[in-house]
Amino acid sequence: MFRLSPPFLSGTRRVTLHMMQLLLALVPALIALVFFFGPGVLINISLAVVTALATEAVMLKLRHRPLKPFLTDGSAIVTAVLFAMAIPPLSPWWITVVGIVFAIVFAKHLFGGLGYNPFNPAMVAYVLLLLSFPLEMTTWLPAAALAEQALTFGSAFELIFNGQLANGAAIDTLSGATPLDAMKTQIGLAQLPNFIIEQPLFGIFGGLGWEWINIWFAIGGLYLMYQRVISWHIPVAMLTGLLTISAITYLISPESAASPLFHLLSGGTMIGAFFIATDPVTATTTIKGRLIFGAGVGLLTYIIRAWGGYPDGIAFAILLMNMLVPLIDYYTQPKVYGSLKS
Amino acid sequence: MSQPLGSFPGGLKLAGQKKRSTQTPIRKMPLSEQLILPLQQHIGSAAVPIVKVGDKVLKGQRIATPNGHVSVALHAPSSGIVTAIEDKPIPHPSGLSAPCIIIETDGEDQWIERKVTADFTQCTDHDVRQIIRDAGIVGLGGAGFPSFIKLNPGIHHHVDTLILNGAECEPYITCDDMLLRERSQGILDGIEIMQHALRVNNCVIAIEDNKPEAISAMELALASRSHLTSTSVMVIPTRYPTGSEKQLIQVVTGKQVPKSGLPIDIGIVLHNVGTAYAVGRAIKHGEPLISRIVTVTGTDVKHAGNFETLFGTPIHELLSFCETKRQQDEPFIQGGPMMGYNLAGDNLPVTKTANCILVGVDNATQANDPLPCIRCGDCAAACPVSLLPQQLYWHSRAKDLEKTQEYNLFDCIECGCCSYVCPSEIPLVQYFRFAKTETMNQEQERKKSDAARIRHENRQERQERERVEKAEKQRKRKAALAATKAAKAKKDAELAAAEAAKDSSEPATDNDAEK
Repeated sequence: MFRLSPPFLSGTRRVTLHMMQLLLALVPALIALVFFFGPGVLINISLAVVTALATEAVMLKLRHRPLKPFLTDGSAIVTAVLFAMAIPPLSPWWITVVGIVFAIVFAKHLFGGLGYNPFNPAMVAYVLLLLSFPLEMTTWLPAAALAEQALTFGSAFELIFNGQLANGAAIDTLSGATPLDAMKTQIGLAQLPNFIIEQPLFGIFGGLGWEWINIWFAIGGLYLMYQRVISWHIPVAMLTGLLTISAITYLISPESAASPLFHLLSGGTMIGAFFIATDPVTATTTIKGRLIFGAGVGLLTYIIRAWGGYPDGIAFAILLMNMLVPLIDYYTQPKVYGSLKS
Repeated sequence: MSQPLGSFPGGLKLAGQKKRSTQTPIRKMPLSEQLILPLQQHIGSAAVPIVKVGDKVLKGQRIATPNGHVSVALHAPSSGIVTAIEDKPIPHPSGLSAPCIIIETDGEDQWIERKVTADFTQCTDHDVRQIIRDAGIVGLGGAGFPSFIKLNPGIHHHVDTLILNGAECEPYITCDDMLLRERSQGILDGIEIMQHALRVNNCVIAIEDNKPEAISAMELALASRSHLTSTSVMVIPTRYPTGSEKQLIQVVTGKQVPKSGLPIDIGIVLHNVGTAYAVGRAIKHGEPLISRIVTVTGTDVKHAGNFETLFGTPIHELLSFCETKRQQDEPFIQGGPMMGYNLAGDNLPVTKTANCILVGVDNATQANDPLPCIRCGDCAAACPVSLLPQQLYWHSRAKDLEKTQEYNLFDCIECGCCSYVCPSEIPLVQYFRFAKTETMNQEQERKKSDAARIRHENRQERQERERVEKAEKQRKRKAALAATKAAKAKKDAELAAAEAAKDSSEPATDNDAEK
């Protein structure tokens, strides 16, 4: 059937294609995650995707919506994959399930489903779990330890579903603080950042492993920009915001602030900048608005990281800025044709 | 050659699909046995018939006269007999019927006497406009606004530049392209007349860079007229919708027409090249507007091309002439694929605004159920007017018409760029049209109810006044009555008193004794 109203021509891009390109762009970072933190993330992703699709189906049924167009649009899968890549790779299975169910049911469908949610579902779930289960959500295995003794797929499976290895070793005996966490606590103990970064937990600029994962997220993001799935405004504004404030504090007091590069390449900076803050549904839509939104995320991230109670601030920063979106959109409308004085 | 001074935001790079219909020169469409001529083929009020059923008419004879200011005349495209003046389906998005004059042609194609103006410079600008109006000329780019009005700057405006629109930015359409290639001298004739009527020397003929043949033909023609020193061809980048009036002005001059203003407000007048050609024919050859060049093209048209077609020719004749196989359920478009509209059928006449008949579009939009808006903002990036279509969509859907005004709904030119880029395939333009009509209806309703309210208030006031007046009158009457009564009573009393006085002074009568 053809549409009988103009325009009779249409471009070929579809929502689903956007989502698939987004998933493709995550592959390099995923490989890096597996390389540095073991195959646990793969198990998490599978579990998250299955849970997301099942929850989505149930919600669509309950809301009397057609299943096929919405199950195949890819949005639930994207939420699942982003969430699974954001949580620690060896999180217990129920963390993933609770997070995804909450994301799909509460953060997405209770607001009206695809296109209507004011907050990024993956980040809502992440924050819920971070507040409720701070221990599980911050238990990362140090990349250095894993470099010495590779984690097999089987042992990752056991840790996720049993919480311990066959030999009885529980996950917390293996885990340690994340580089961001270590940086924060040790600065709190009046250590100098330049010395902190010499520890085996750290790499060249950021955390060991983390810096590479961030770089690969950024490369995936550049691919998305090249494919015009995302525009440059939000990532550039966010990274500039983060870079500016961290550079200022670093210049003022290098003895109590981590370097700007450390901030750019640690924690969730790049996944946040390219994959989460750019979520079109929950971000601003005007050009000026996107710059403000991105810069806001960058600033808030730094503020939370440096002076807040949590080691990383990406999720909070994005959710806080999500709240301001309608306001920003309203006040950053472009000037329409004819309102320019010639 | 001059250089464009500006550009507009957004817009689209579309595949032109123009080669399909530029392979052969302009051909003449054979005379049809019956010509159906709608009385309204222009913006404004419909023309009024001045022929009767049974009248014999000659080619070029005026058969309907303008009604009111915004209106133009209509002429018989060929000689024959008027067989009916009745309602017939006309090409219109709604598929409605309207009054038409129907002429049975006699095949002789005999012209009426044509009045040629050899030297138009001897005419006043007013006379030139009158000839153009009497020749039934309207904007041939597609809108159909009476051209003589746009050739009248009035005493308050000075025209700085005349822009000839040869952009033809919509895919598939090539009627202006072919006209520029083949009849550039005729276009220049028209331009000179327009310059005379507007008292302007500066003239820019804007042509998109995907029409090299048209550009060189126009350059060549211009070189032959050395006195046209301030007229130049401007090659502009191919981008949809450059051919839209306001966007073209922005590209050519770098200026914007003020919001809810007209091009003349910034000293610019813009005409289509086809209109210029028609003006030239009308003045120099005394030919009224009775035909136009129609592009017939599309994937289902075997012999696509451009056809000089008399108005009133049924579209199905044009289609069978080009061997068109129309697919089931396929849109059948008058105009281009972006801004044209689906015709209700093919038994409709070719009119003054029919620049293109398009059957079969590559990558045609499918009637899929749209997905929800994901607020990607691609529509805003594509909008040549810098609107925020996703916000407009949101508020149009919610029928929050006030909000749509805040987001400048009425600045939307319905170019369709937003719908084209929408990854969820939302028919945005439809929503905006709906919101516009709804707003206009509400406005009308509001005016109506305002009038009714004022009428009601006046009536109440009048009634109240009448009531007060009546009461006043009544009171006065009562007072008067009471006064007369009182006066009478007083008189009576006085009389009685007098009587009594008389009685007492006189002896009692018999009557009194009886009491």
